[in-house]
Amino acid sequence: MNRLILASLISLATVSSAYAQVTVKDPWVRATVPAQKTTGAFMQLSAAADSRLVAVRSSVADMVEIHAMTMSGNVMRMRAVSGVDLPAGKPVDIEPDGFHIMLMGLKKQVKEGDTVPITLVFAGKDGKRQSVEVKAIARPLSAAMGSGGDAGNMGH
Amino acid sequence: MRHQRIWLVVAMLVLAACNRVDPSYSGIDVTGAKFGKDFRLVDPDGRVRTLADFRGKVVMLFFGFTQCPDVCPTALLRAAEVRKRLGAEGSNLQVIFITIDPERDTAALMREYTVAFDPSFIGLRTDLEGTRKVADDFNVYFEKIPTGKSYTMDHSAFSYVFDAQGRLRLVVRDDLSVDQVLADIRTIMKFSPSA
Repeated sequence: MNRLILASLISLATVSSAYAQVTVKDPWVRATVPAQKTTGAFMQLSAAADSRLVAVRSSVADMVEIHAMTMSGNVMRMRAVSGVDLPAGKPVDIEPDGFHIMLMGLKKQVKEGDTVPITLVFAGKDGKRQSVEVKAIARPLSAAMGSGGDAGNMGH
Repeated sequence: MRHQRIWLVVAMLVLAACNRVDPSYSGIDVTGAKFGKDFRLVDPDGRVRTLADFRGKVVMLFFGFTQCPDVCPTALLRAAEVRKRLGAEGSNLQVIFITIDPERDTAALMREYTVAFDPSFIGLRTDLEGTRKVADDFNVYFEKIPTGKSYTMDHSAFSYVFDAQGRLRLVVRDDLSVDQVLADIRTIMKFSPSA
């Protein structure tokens, strides 16, 4: 019985991008129109031990920044941040209306269904850095926000 | 005698109020507001457009920029959904997206971006000075914020609804649902028919 649970855990871990400390779930980017030079990348991060997302890279963009979006009153504000804290055992959403990853200076259009390689760099409490490669799927520009829930809209 | 007259006046006022049936809205009713009277902007074909060009249609307009990760696509998606759910009446709703980032939002980009949500949507832009003016005219706050090597835009996230006679009627918050905005647009259409 235990072995069965273990086996299913292992298969789960291989579905999402597994990493000793941080698990990345549902990475996606918003598709762009041809003239658009910027888009956002979103996912859910779960760290087993306290760590921090400190850098993001992608070969599809000239530069990648982590931004924090907030609404104060009815004003939308975005700020570049140096990183995102990932408390142990607490999933953190990298989502359009919170912390999100901006891919800027896109080298070409991101089309719906494309896979975009993204490298996430995490730092543990001991300062040790480790990189995780993920492949984010491009959802339509007009995709509703949130991760996973609107997958049904992707069919056409 | 005097009392009777007063009561008669009160009764008449109550009746008058009942007859008017003020519709209620989820958006903020700003009918008669001094701001948001008009705009003078350029469409992706290079034509100058003003509010008068859309007389006969209910106009919903929104200020934003195409690099906006959340509020702008969400507002445009909501507008597209509202227009779809209006069915045949959807052709009486014109959605307009005005960029507050004309340096990066070129005419070509504005066209591609709005059409991705609904082919009927129009993206309008102008130069920096004109952008500041139209934002001021609509009490829209926006500011260019440097990030690491680039910049982003802070901006207020209201949508503005005009009736078919071109009068500003509603200011709609970004967090209202499709259902709420749909109901408001239907009410505007009903109480100020285009004909």
